[in-house]
Amino acid sequence: MTKEYKTIREIAGPLIFVEKTEPVGYNELVNINLPDGTTKRGQVLDTSDDIVVVQVFEGTGGLNKECGVRFTGETIKLPVSKDLLGRILSGSGEPLDGGPRIVPEDRLEITGAAINPYARLPPKDFIQTGISTIDGMNTLVRGQKLPIFSGSGLPHNEIALQIARQSKVRGSDEQFAVVFAAMGITNEEAQYFMRDFERTGALERAVVFLNLADDPAVERLITPRLALTAAEYLAYEHDMHVLVILTDITNYCEALRQMGAAREEVPGRRGYPGYMYTDLASLYERAGVVKGRKGSVTQFSILSMPGDDITHPIPDLSGYITEGQIVISRELHRKGIYPPVNVLPSLSRLMNSGIGATRTREDHKAVSDQLYAAYAEGKDLRGLVAIVGKDALSDRDKKFLEFADMFEDRFVRQGADENRDIETTLDIGWELLAELPEAQLTRIDNKYIQKYHPAHKAKEEKKE
Amino acid sequence: MKNKGEIYRISGPVVIISGLNTKMYDVVKVGKEGLMGEVIGIEGEKSTVQVYEETSGLRPGEPVENTGMSLSVELGPGLLESIYDGIQRPLPVLKDTMGDFIKRGVSANGLSREKEWDFVPTVKKGDKVNGGDIIGTVQETENIQHRILVPPNVSGTVDEIKKGKYKVDEVICTLSSGTELMMMQKWPVRKPRPVSKKLMPNTPLITGQRILDGLFPVAKGGTAAIPGPFGSGKTVTQQQLAKWSDTEIVVYIGCGERGNEMADVLSEFPELEDPKTGRPLMERTVLIANTSNMPVAAREASVYTGITIAEYYRDMGYDVSLMADSTSRWAEAMREISSRLEEMPGEEGYPAYLAARLSEFYERSGKVKALCGKEGSITVIGAVSPPGGDFSEPVTQNTLRIVKVFWALDAKLAQRRHFPAINWLNSYSLYSKALEDWYKENVSPEWVKLRNDAMELLQKEAELQEIVQLVGSDALPEDQQLTLEIARMIREYFLQQNAYHEVDTFCAMDKQFKLLKAITAWGDKAQTALEGGASVEDIMKSKTKDDLAKVKFEKDFDAALGVILKNMEEEFAKLRGK
Ligand SMILES: Nc1ncnc2c1ncn2[C@@H]1O[C@H](COP(=O)(O)OP(=O)(O)O)[C@@H](O)[C@H]1O
Ligand SMILES: [Mg+2]
Repeated sequence: MTKEYKTIREIAGPLIFVEKTEPVGYNELVNINLPDGTTKRGQVLDTSDDIVVVQVFEGTGGLNKECGVRFTGETIKLPVSKDLLGRILSGSGEPLDGGPRIVPEDRLEITGAAINPYARLPPKDFIQTGISTIDGMNTLVRGQKLPIFSGSGLPHNEIALQIARQSKVRGSDEQFAVVFAAMGITNEEAQYFMRDFERTGALERAVVFLNLADDPAVERLITPRLALTAAEYLAYEHDMHVLVILTDITNYCEALRQMGAAREEVPGRRGYPGYMYTDLASLYERAGVVKGRKGSVTQFSILSMPGDDITHPIPDLSGYITEGQIVISRELHRKGIYPPVNVLPSLSRLMNSGIGATRTREDHKAVSDQLYAAYAEGKDLRGLVAIVGKDALSDRDKKFLEFADMFEDRFVRQGADENRDIETTLDIGWELLAELPEAQLTRIDNKYIQKYHPAHKAKEEKKE
Repeated sequence: MKNKGEIYRISGPVVIISGLNTKMYDVVKVGKEGLMGEVIGIEGEKSTVQVYEETSGLRPGEPVENTGMSLSVELGPGLLESIYDGIQRPLPVLKDTMGDFIKRGVSANGLSREKEWDFVPTVKKGDKVNGGDIIGTVQETENIQHRILVPPNVSGTVDEIKKGKYKVDEVICTLSSGTELMMMQKWPVRKPRPVSKKLMPNTPLITGQRILDGLFPVAKGGTAAIPGPFGSGKTVTQQQLAKWSDTEIVVYIGCGERGNEMADVLSEFPELEDPKTGRPLMERTVLIANTSNMPVAAREASVYTGITIAEYYRDMGYDVSLMADSTSRWAEAMREISSRLEEMPGEEGYPAYLAARLSEFYERSGKVKALCGKEGSITVIGAVSPPGGDFSEPVTQNTLRIVKVFWALDAKLAQRRHFPAINWLNSYSLYSKALEDWYKENVSPEWVKLRNDAMELLQKEAELQEIVQLVGSDALPEDQQLTLEIARMIREYFLQQNAYHEVDTFCAMDKQFKLLKAITAWGDKAQTALEGGASVEDIMKSKTKDDLAKVKFEKDFDAALGVILKNMEEEFAKLRGK
């Protein structure tokens, strides 16, 4: 039993300052015993001979200087076992489902060590999500971190769930295990996820961590780390392919900002801590594939952009770390298009290694590039038409203008349960491109035009 | 004060120790596990240390020991083909000793102590040698001869010199003063290695990237910055440079960026061939990977580790290029440490010495006469990651004040998949003039005019586009419509270059010239045809125009272009006939 100190000198926001301790380890886990018999947990942020600074995860409500503080001598750990699957835990890892405590096979540090870059295997297994804008133009691969950048009131939850339901690696019937971590979302939103997991039977293959809007904000700083620790355990010890959904990263960052303010740190851009990039990297970089291990960790997190502003520090720093982003558009949503993915600012950095002749189809890259270029041009022309009117456009430009509309209507739009395979997605792409003059398809090698362009394809097939 | 002290306080990567006698930049071993750290501040009897490893669990009172050495790298055969973390620990060795994840408390030599190298002396007993002189050679990789140098601060007369197989830490030469030399030497990373004199850069770094070589070249020994928002192409461009640049040695620093990007380089480079030597690219490359989730103090050091290794090969008389992706993450590491030190913050929280550190770093580039008398160079290309893509922020601004070439990435171009997404109107190279002679001699006397005409046309296009935004393109006079079309051809057929296309990923200078010349030739013929009475509509139907779009993808470019040029003659002859 470690010693209990009753030497809290000061309580400020989520922090307590404890003095006259024996040497305390940096990042150590702390238990704080309240007069009413309950215990709160915290972590050491700064330690010296004179004073120890502790952040309290469940918030400092109810604390006073009489509380007993115990330093546990170890950093925070998550008890893990395969029985985590099917369980619902709190944002700090306590069972919420009335089930028993986890009988641990191991207890793992939740900060997680960095994967040695030399031990990484570049991710390249194509995940078919069944959504054209993703599979066709922003391909997801196993081991990637690809967040959804969204905004309030947009259907990011529906999209995340559709992806969780439909995702599969072709030619394998392995299903993804899902680790879901809610950070500061409403109970209603959380229920929406839970119901869908139950309906589809995904819950049996899922571990859920819930920190809801009315739970303490500081706890949010550990929730994603618990989730990622569980994910790594399932992936690397039990050979599972794990899809991690963290939502909402923005709430996590707000908690980080709050913590920084409480510590009176020099704030960085818009009040967020200067180390937010490094901190976010310590979450996002916990995705990947490790040489010689069978499982993988894929992250598909949700981030709502404050004010729909992609240059806001939260999406900005995220985009600098993640391997792309899927951007949800309010404009498309207003037009009634689901899923309202704006492909132009969206990107999958790992797309090129996940597609092509042996993985998807040989023409994939070319079709995608051409769709991008044509849609971008069409969208620009919309702006022009608003000023000069459609009649001032050349015939060529009119084609591109129409293309943009068709693209949104036929390629982007699809049903919430419509699961398109990659061939269907690419074929729709070709049908749309066929509406443009063939000479305009400058991004596509002639050999693919001969083989896949509807005008030539029909001929080829007739010949045979 | 003594050589042993103890930890007083821990706050993240910053540890304050008391009772230890230190100098600035001394390397210390912190705590029971002996974590590596570096003294970055001294006040009274306390010293501030940045620790290069995770500090969780470290306690006040744990012992600290001073090594008395500054943070140094090991220089010698075996650097090439290596991948290091920010403080030169080989990642494969770390993997062997601590598994797939990076734990701590493990030190590892930068150079293998086991491997033997075949040392061939180039001096003999009685020869007088000075700092930087070559005393022998080792075939480090198939194409790179490693020249063993006398450390810069050593000189004397050779008393004994060996020949044959030795390990890097075995004595291969003894001077009459008794000084023993090994193939390996150490150098403190924060101190530039001396040179005999700096020379003016006058040769372009040929990168095989059309917009760079063609419009905004960097000189060998020069400096360039490539700022851009996320997803605009900083990393791909840096990697293209690492792959295809015509330097002999490449040092690539992944500074606070993604783990998968480094894994990618590691899997790709051994497979790709150096276009000049036909050997695997890895054989000329040193990689430094301190990713975003690795300790931030080691990230700060990684840039210095990289440039010191680059200087060492320069001192042998090699052309070296160094890519740092991203210098912003380096600056942020400085900021992070500085704020833990509670230093007075400057602009946007960066320390006041940000500008000084950046310029000290870029100053270590250059074309030089090395101490050994040979010429060598370091070209430094730094990626910059401005928050929100806003170039007015301190790291971008301070960098632009120093570097001579600016490749401005543009999110708008990236969004429409125009790659490389380098904005041709905002970018510049201050070397263009100085390199003109080289291009005239080595590419073609026509080159400079072709290039300038193309630039002018792109400028003209931008002006015309403003009008189009108001009235639509059909309202423009026919000759201006044609100008727009030719500018579009330059953008799409010449400037666009797909890094992932097996043929187009690299474009030799000769091919760049022929392609631009062909596009210009089409433009001239079209103008003449228009003046001769042909309609824009007819001209636009040109089949050879469409062919020019894809000729860059052809494996046999010369043959394909030959056909197009011939057809072009016929096409325009017919137009005249009409
Ligand atoms: N020259 C290029 N050719 C083809 N694609 C490119 C090129 N440059 C960038 N890209 C595309 O843009 C994406 C982002 O580029 P990257 O260099 O990773 O951006 P940054 O480092 O600026 O965030 C890449 O994944 C790739 O798809
Ligand atoms: Mg990058």
